[in-house]
Amino acid sequence: MIIENSPTILSVQGLRASINGTEILKGIDLTVKSGEIHAIMGLNGSGKSTFSKVLAGHPSYEVTGGTIQFEGKNLLELPPEERARAGLFLAFQYPIEIPGVANTQFLRLAYNTVQAQRGKEELDPLEFDDFVREKMKLLEMKPDFLDRSVNEGFSGGEKKRNEILQMALLEPKLSVLDETDSGLDIDALKIVANGVNRLTNKDNATILVTHYQRLLDYIVPDFVHVMQAGRIVMTGGKELALELETRGYDWITANKQQDAGVSA
Amino acid sequence: MSEVTGTNYLECLLKSWQAKPIESLSWLNQLRAQAIDRVSTQKLPTKRDEEWRFTDISPLTTLPYRPSQPDVNLRIQDIQHLFLDEVKNRLVFVDGYYSLQLSAVANPALVIGNLPALLSTHASILESHLGQYARFDQNVFTALSTAFLRDGAVIIAPRNTVIADPIHVIFIATQHEVTSYPRCLLIGESGSQITLIEDYVALQEAAYITNAVTEVSLAGNARAQHIRIQRESTQAFHFANCAVALAHASHYQSVSITQGARISRHNLDVRLTDEAAECTIDGLTLISGHQLADTHTCIDHSKPNGTSHQQHKCIADDTAHAVFNGKIIVRPHAQRTNSSQSSRNLLLSKTAQVDTKPQLEIFADDVKCAHGATVGQLDPEEIFYLRSRGLSEKAARNLLTYAFGAEIINRIPVISLKQQLAQTVLEQTQSN
Repeated sequence: MIIENSPTILSVQGLRASINGTEILKGIDLTVKSGEIHAIMGLNGSGKSTFSKVLAGHPSYEVTGGTIQFEGKNLLELPPEERARAGLFLAFQYPIEIPGVANTQFLRLAYNTVQAQRGKEELDPLEFDDFVREKMKLLEMKPDFLDRSVNEGFSGGEKKRNEILQMALLEPKLSVLDETDSGLDIDALKIVANGVNRLTNKDNATILVTHYQRLLDYIVPDFVHVMQAGRIVMTGGKELALELETRGYDWITANKQQDAGVSA
Repeated sequence: MSEVTGTNYLECLLKSWQAKPIESLSWLNQLRAQAIDRVSTQKLPTKRDEEWRFTDISPLTTLPYRPSQPDVNLRIQDIQHLFLDEVKNRLVFVDGYYSLQLSAVANPALVIGNLPALLSTHASILESHLGQYARFDQNVFTALSTAFLRDGAVIIAPRNTVIADPIHVIFIATQHEVTSYPRCLLIGESGSQITLIEDYVALQEAAYITNAVTEVSLAGNARAQHIRIQRESTQAFHFANCAVALAHASHYQSVSITQGARISRHNLDVRLTDEAAECTIDGLTLISGHQLADTHTCIDHSKPNGTSHQQHKCIADDTAHAVFNGKIIVRPHAQRTNSSQSSRNLLLSKTAQVDTKPQLEIFADDVKCAHGATVGQLDPEEIFYLRSRGLSEKAARNLLTYAFGAEIINRIPVISLKQQLAQTVLEQTQSN
């Protein structure tokens, strides 16, 4: 929801980043305020997944220019774990499998680490069990989910639900969902979207990074941004997603070229 | 040089052999005599032997290592911390000798005891199994063990009997500079089910030699779970030969954990001697300091429709050196064999070393054999994932290292042992 005079959570200005010497992000500007849901759309290779990884602090990417302010802090100075503790959450496109570690053990470790940082009480295994089972209902997850190794042998849908469960536990200020809809059938998509919708409120914000409009039928964005060649080239309301669905991305490229022609 | 001193070591042992009393059973005397003959024609292996090229055992010739003597001073409270909740039947051997007062035998459905006791009551079954699987013609350590054979654990799961509680056989080392010969024989009669825990422990840091031989024979449709824990003193030498014979549709699952000894060598030979036999063999080597741990396994498919799965993992820290050689033989008649093998290795320091060698010898054409080996550090993507959830880099590394080992520990079917070992893995993988 767009709320008048609501505080800015994320402010990105002129962000440039490269990997192995190749520049992927070429000057991104984006402001996200409390309560808002933003969708970032674009074709493969447009840089949208890179943008989400740079936000979370992936060490393979080098930030070569620009600034990121997160709740008034200079995000670029913080290592990934401190970004997470400060309230930034990235739901991975491809969540990592960790055989040998029970999901419940991992979830409790992450939860308690973040709680401790926020000066809140940590939970022992029994207390945590009650707490996490309540959260699991939100995503219609089976209890055996807790005893299995982290993401090992999970279906695509189960992995994505596990990501959203972590979001529910960590209660981030800003959630970045990277291609959370990829690999989901329609039922799983509805469950995941429903979970996200119940977690969004006026005090937090969400960035949905997606290739397709489909997810936005269930999580309705306030803003839709189109990324191309490492920049946001167009911003609109939710109707922009529908337009992209019917017209594709080419007309934006054409418009951009026209703009470039005019300004030259 | 080492061959000369090696011969001296063997000569010393041979002299001490002469003094041993003669058994009343002629077949056992014969077996021992054959074995001592083999010892006298063999040398201790050196790095020039292909099977030993990564493992230099010459340090063991620097001390005399006389045969161990019976020691009755150990009290139950000294070893109580080793006991497991699930266990009702426990055989304890101190420096290779059976200790009646430390053992507990409770299950009447089972034949269990030490070799001298069972020789009088079960001579014919022992004659047909003892020394029949662990061949000593090519292996000096097995030959020595058989030559010195006088005590050992014997467990027989009778026909169609399910033994629910695990059997715990503890081999405790207490003496300095001795050689002991732990011996273990597990016979699973047809349709039986049993779980055996073979546990090698030291009560103090000491230099000694353990030369262990284990034989497992499973008849048709028998099932066995075999857990082997090697947690010897980090100054000790541990040589182990385990030979397993699997009859028709029998099922063998083993988990071997290697964490002790300065130099250890574990040979595990599994022969699928009849159709539709199945084995799952998992191993974890967790070593640090100057430890060297060498695991050689051989899975031999000789009949059709056999299945074998193997996962071996090594975690090496400091200047430790882990060796894995995994041979899989599929003989011409072993059609429709399904076999998989994976060797994964994690180096925690720049000076740690792993040598891994999958060795497939396939002579049948209708088979499925998959194998793979990796050696490396932790995956940066996995570390990033955990950091993005708030864990520090150190905590992330520790958790992933723990998980690497815990994946094998989790396959141990005895909960209290699993928890105990998980704790050990946790302690050994947590850097500060």
